[in-house]
Amino acid sequence: MTAIAATSDAGGARVPAGRVVRLLVLIAVLVGIAALAVHNLGTEQAIEQGVNALTRGAIYALIALGYTMVYGIIELINFAHGDMFMVGAFVSLTFLGTILGLEGPIYDIPVLIVTLAATFLVTMGIMGLIGVVIERFAYKPLRNAPRLAPLITAIGVSFILQNLVQLRYGPYQTNSPKIFPDTWTIEVAGATIPVLSLFIIAVAVVLMFSLQMFIGRTRLGRAMRSTAADRDAASLMGVNINRTIAITFLIGSALAGAAGVVNGLQYGVARFDDGFQAGLKAFTAAVLGGIGNTVGAALGGFIIGFIEVGATAMGYTRWGPAIVFGVLVIVLVFRPTGLLGQQLGERA
Amino acid sequence: MSAVQELPAATPAGPRFAGLKKRAGRHRSWTITLSVAVVGAGLALIAYIPPFTLAQPSNAWIDGYTNAGVFVMLALGLNLVVGVAGLLDLGYAAFFAIGAYTYAYVASPFGNSILGINLIETMGNQAAGIVFWPMLLVGALVAATFGILLGAPTLRLRGDYLAIVTLGFGEIVPIVFLNSDAVTNGTNGIGGLVRPALPIMGAFSAMNPYPYYITMLVLVAIIMMLCYRLVESRLGRAWEAIREDELAAAATGINTVTTKLLAFALGASTAGIAGVFNASKLVTVSPDQFTFIVSFTVLAMVVLGGMGNFWGVAVGAFVIYTINNVLLKSLNQFFDTTGIPILKDVDFIQLQFLLYGLALVAMMLLRPEGLFPNSRRKRELHTAITMDEQDSMTTAEATSEEGQR
Repeated sequence: MTAIAATSDAGGARVPAGRVVRLLVLIAVLVGIAALAVHNLGTEQAIEQGVNALTRGAIYALIALGYTMVYGIIELINFAHGDMFMVGAFVSLTFLGTILGLEGPIYDIPVLIVTLAATFLVTMGIMGLIGVVIERFAYKPLRNAPRLAPLITAIGVSFILQNLVQLRYGPYQTNSPKIFPDTWTIEVAGATIPVLSLFIIAVAVVLMFSLQMFIGRTRLGRAMRSTAADRDAASLMGVNINRTIAITFLIGSALAGAAGVVNGLQYGVARFDDGFQAGLKAFTAAVLGGIGNTVGAALGGFIIGFIEVGATAMGYTRWGPAIVFGVLVIVLVFRPTGLLGQQLGERA
Repeated sequence: MSAVQELPAATPAGPRFAGLKKRAGRHRSWTITLSVAVVGAGLALIAYIPPFTLAQPSNAWIDGYTNAGVFVMLALGLNLVVGVAGLLDLGYAAFFAIGAYTYAYVASPFGNSILGINLIETMGNQAAGIVFWPMLLVGALVAATFGILLGAPTLRLRGDYLAIVTLGFGEIVPIVFLNSDAVTNGTNGIGGLVRPALPIMGAFSAMNPYPYYITMLVLVAIIMMLCYRLVESRLGRAWEAIREDELAAAATGINTVTTKLLAFALGASTAGIAGVFNASKLVTVSPDQFTFIVSFTVLAMVVLGGMGNFWGVAVGAFVIYTINNVLLKSLNQFFDTTGIPILKDVDFIQLQFLLYGLALVAMMLLRPEGLFPNSRRKRELHTAITMDEQDSMTTAEATSEEGQR
């Protein structure tokens, strides 16, 4: 798996022509979709729905990053990752509601910023730790086992997380304090855009950019890339494999935690089984973008956000997941390595 | 590659069992028939022995065995795909659903009105059950057709891409059944299916679990025989070759696409049979019977049983079904009667998924290769481990090979 490495070579001079063409095709498709949306819904509606899609896509993208990183480094479809997102949502609502005792929006901007920063720090920290602990006990012992064994433990961990949350919070939706005021909006070309959406998109973009920098520019990031490329060779070069894999889980889980926080801010509710569907879509996003490729995961997340919102806007809400998977199948049939993935060798 | 070449020769069967094993191998079908009959009779007997009769009435045990048998069939079918051919299918429940709905369309008044036939009206509710038998084949064929439809475009994909596509398919099928209200009756599903009937015995009934139980045993035995015959055939060797190394298999002249499609289609058809049988037993089908949990559970059964080993997989299916549906559900009763202070007050029904998850993790950690691993796989794994001490580079190759699967 050299895909993580591939994305971070962006600083290099050579950009293959194929990739440019692909990007142009993608942009053309996006412009086409935008034109269609404007034509069908009118400009205002189209902008509002577009922002909505970006917001939702940002959440999927944050989750997808965790999938793609873990897959890139140990080739495990981490089925518990969607549930990590769900647990993140519950950690954040517990922190905001139970520990800070908040219920409604905070209009005081400095207080809001401090509270949000604290929420992100706490949730991402706790989730990162949970991720490391899970990796230590459920996946690490199976690193040299047949490859389906960790897949089954991942499913087991998913069941455990869901049941634990259900025991504590019950089978129904739990309210998550929407501390970001809904009433803050800005007008663009007649369309009303909530500041919250912009905030969520900004958070996602900042986190993705930091991740990209981390993987591409730091020593630990280089360790991650080399481990993904060839674990044994990396180990011979002095990379601490166990620590590198643990850090991958730490970062991936922390990002899932961040997704949980923004999900709570946006939708204001959480339920114990939120993780499965979200995880499935995020994994689809990761595959759509080219698994192991962090930029691809982000792209895939946004694409899925657009598909879902588009389906809803056209009145096919119930068919959303089916359309998402239909698109996935079509993309994979024509580009088996995903949109930004690259042809991998038969043998590593 | 060197890992495979350096495998030690198979340990020859002990002289005491050599003759027996040889004979068992030659008369495989009889061995299977006999074994299934013995296991079936033994399980039925257990249902009448005191400690077990206290937990639930004998008929409930037999009924439970039959439900477990459905999962045994599913696990055997998925084993062909995942264990033998090495194609990771995460949406196996879709084919189970397709088999069940196929039966529902032919065997219910609602389905008949959709298809525009009036089979049940003309034959009467009781006699119409005779269609169950041909429907087993039809269900298998329909499921196999969908297997080919899904497989044809996607089997070019490698490993985990195939996994995610099948996972998506497994999600789409219930969604389609759920949302196409006009033709599938949506959430409520299709009810009032006719029960299977035999010419002289008449229709099966909900009161007597034995006809279903015996049908299940016969189906399991037939599927088991077919599985063994297939794996020992040219096709089976081609599947194993593809599982081990697809490039090398293609180089030796195996048409990998057709071979993989056949694995997919045959696996799907087994799920179709299980679906028809299960629908005829529940007399109702609805989309919520075929969620991802079914796919995952069957996969867990295959992996836990020991991929590639049919008896192991059957036992794995039985064990997981029993843990999930009998053991965890009777914990409440058990601790109530024993009266252990703290455990008595715990509601184990609420903890069911937690315990199930813990059981999955624990079983995998204890035996990552499954309870009864396929002998060839076991040798590979153990060679990899012994080499670990001698030469780390060879291990690297062995593990990376393991990773390709």
